[in-house]
Amino acid sequence: MAGQLSIAKALNEALRKSLENDPKTVLMGEDIGKLGGVFRITDGLQKDFGDDRVIDTPLAESGIMGTAIGLALRGYRPVVEIQFDGFVYPAFDQIVSQLAKMHARALGHVKMPVTVRIPFGGGIGAVEHHSESHEAYFAHTAGLRVVSPSNAHDAHWMLRQAIESDDPVIFLEPKRRYWDKGEVGEDPMLPLHSARIVRPGTDATLIAYGPMVKVCQEAAKAAEEDGRRLEVVDLRSLSPIDFITLEESVKRTGRGIVVHEAPVFLGLGAELAARLTERCFYHLEAPILRVGGYHAPYPPSRVEETYLPDLDRVLDAVDRALAY
Amino acid sequence: MTVKSTTRARKKAAPGVPDKTSAGSAAPELVQLLTPEGDRVEHPDFPLTVTPEELRALYRDLVLVRRFDAEATSLQRQGELGLWASLLGQEAAQVGSGRAMRPGDYAFPTYREHGVAWCRDVDPLNLLGMFRGVNNGGWDPNEKNFHLYTIVIGAQTLHATGYAMGITKDGADDAVIAYFGDGASSQGDVNEAFTFASVYNSPVVFFCQNNQWAISEPTTVQTRIPLFRRASGFGFPGVRVDGNDVLACLAVTRWALDHARTGQGPVLVEAFTYRMGAHTTSDDPTRYRQTEETEAWKAKDPILRLKAHLEKEGLADEAFFAEVEAESEKLGLRVREGVRSMPDPDPTLIFDHVYTEPHPLVDEERAEYEAYAASFEGEQH
Ligand SMILES: Cc1ncc(C[n+]2csc(CCOP(=O)(O)OP(=O)(O)O)c2C)c(N)n1
Ligand SMILES: [Mg+2]
Repeated sequence: MAGQLSIAKALNEALRKSLENDPKTVLMGEDIGKLGGVFRITDGLQKDFGDDRVIDTPLAESGIMGTAIGLALRGYRPVVEIQFDGFVYPAFDQIVSQLAKMHARALGHVKMPVTVRIPFGGGIGAVEHHSESHEAYFAHTAGLRVVSPSNAHDAHWMLRQAIESDDPVIFLEPKRRYWDKGEVGEDPMLPLHSARIVRPGTDATLIAYGPMVKVCQEAAKAAEEDGRRLEVVDLRSLSPIDFITLEESVKRTGRGIVVHEAPVFLGLGAELAARLTERCFYHLEAPILRVGGYHAPYPPSRVEETYLPDLDRVLDAVDRALAY
Repeated sequence: MTVKSTTRARKKAAPGVPDKTSAGSAAPELVQLLTPEGDRVEHPDFPLTVTPEELRALYRDLVLVRRFDAEATSLQRQGELGLWASLLGQEAAQVGSGRAMRPGDYAFPTYREHGVAWCRDVDPLNLLGMFRGVNNGGWDPNEKNFHLYTIVIGAQTLHATGYAMGITKDGADDAVIAYFGDGASSQGDVNEAFTFASVYNSPVVFFCQNNQWAISEPTTVQTRIPLFRRASGFGFPGVRVDGNDVLACLAVTRWALDHARTGQGPVLVEAFTYRMGAHTTSDDPTRYRQTEETEAWKAKDPILRLKAHLEKEGLADEAFFAEVEAESEKLGLRVREGVRSMPDPDPTLIFDHVYTEPHPLVDEERAEYEAYAASFEGEQH
């Protein structure tokens, strides 16, 4: 793919390629047809592939998910768009009780190649229910794969890999980064569930995914001015987690800091901290620290900057880790 | 069984009230009491007597509500609000139904019911807090019996039904009105609300503003039959009313609320109207609908038809219209100034009201945040 693409465009191209490559691939969601979705991720696809492959559904998320499961049973490969993070909950039963378990219940006789695309996270000044980070619910559910890209290249290739997967994949799109541009390479470079070290360092490892990768990269850059070399790992996959890459990094730096928008309490960071402590105990110079949202409903937009981790909060955690 | 006995109870309690869903009824399917040209017409099932004073009051409501809405739209464009969901075109559906309520009745709105809020005497500035991003609600629902705006489509219809179930348990004669849209009619929650209300014979009016669009999706994506007909399958009456006719909306909703409050169970009202503007200020309707359609609906404007009626019948003079205009200017000014002077909240509001009682984790995080914020004090930021 020539030139720089926004994450939004990279996703759009991934959907286009998937529709081209497999006639069984269908897109379903609210306003994904003529409108191209509220974020325009499906822009132009209904025009080019028809309204029986790019399907505007009734306004009912449980209905969308449940019928996607039925289509999968009939041999289709549905890619569902949930309009905003906060609107996936009406589909929660279909996702955690049905989609996630079907393959196991059928003793492997049926597959659920369903991709659920969800724009997630805050920072866009939206009204409530438009800024949620609910990855922990999904990662907590066995049977679901959960991934989140942070850049255009991964957005493109990870979506294609997710659609090709025969397991259900929750695909979390960092909505506030939709318009960030980057080069999209000619091949994926990594399997879907591998983490990537996006900045090498020696003093501490920052672990992030989706929208927070950029914040961590900026923090690492700022820290360099103070002579601190921070490593940044883009997790990319939240279930399964690439603990091999993480373990190697944290053992080397002796310090780990997990950053996510979701509330710290029982967030993904809790699992990362526990496992990394188990795996790296004798190499750790400090406990694994976590930076994230508070144990409170996502706040109104005029104070969301307080709620969301930023460069200062990340560096504050770095200070604390280095002070041990 | 339940449906049958409900129907019987309804018929017994209200002799002479026709089944509004009966097929083949001689009455026109769309209830209209005021034509787009401003002429009064009668409907056999929904007689309405209104005084000139009441007509003028309705006109004033419509004009002020539209003014407030227009002001909010421009405040969004000026960056004072993050978002606005305009009610343009739906004023009559909201004012007609809102004015049909009694003080003890309770409304459960979506995010677009600014006209109903007006009728419930909710300060318009309170509505703007959520859209400005200073709160996630912003008023005490029990003060004016007007619940918080609900963004998650359809959820409030179940709350309304449960509230109505409580009214029945209390033996009170209040009624509830649940607002929702044509798109929402597809949600499981809405269909479950219909079921609960029906089997418990609850005093709730389901008021669907069919504004023809759910963002970019026309009603054909949601339904193959007129929405009001869905009611009969659940075992209660459904009525389609001209949603741009404030008198018809008033008469039908008043009937429906009385039907509900007198123990005859729920009613579905489908107000047939049109979303004249974009879905919200973030939307671009040119991508999915034709301007001819919008133009055609302009001719059915709810305010113009009442104005034409008042003028034709000599029920209002120049001075009245000028007075309403002046009042509308004043409201616009108050809204503009009110929004611009709305202070940004203290960030610690994040930790307020998460629980009714102290919670150690919330308290700890608040203390951590305060210490962290204090560490920046004195720094240029
Ligand atoms: C559960 C849920 N899904 C999706 C949305 C996003 N959304 C907001 S408004 C809307 C369309 C609603 O249409 P309708 O019910 O007709 O009401 P209208 O906006 O026309 O008043 C959608 C899809 C939402 N708010 N909640
Ligand atoms: Mg609608």
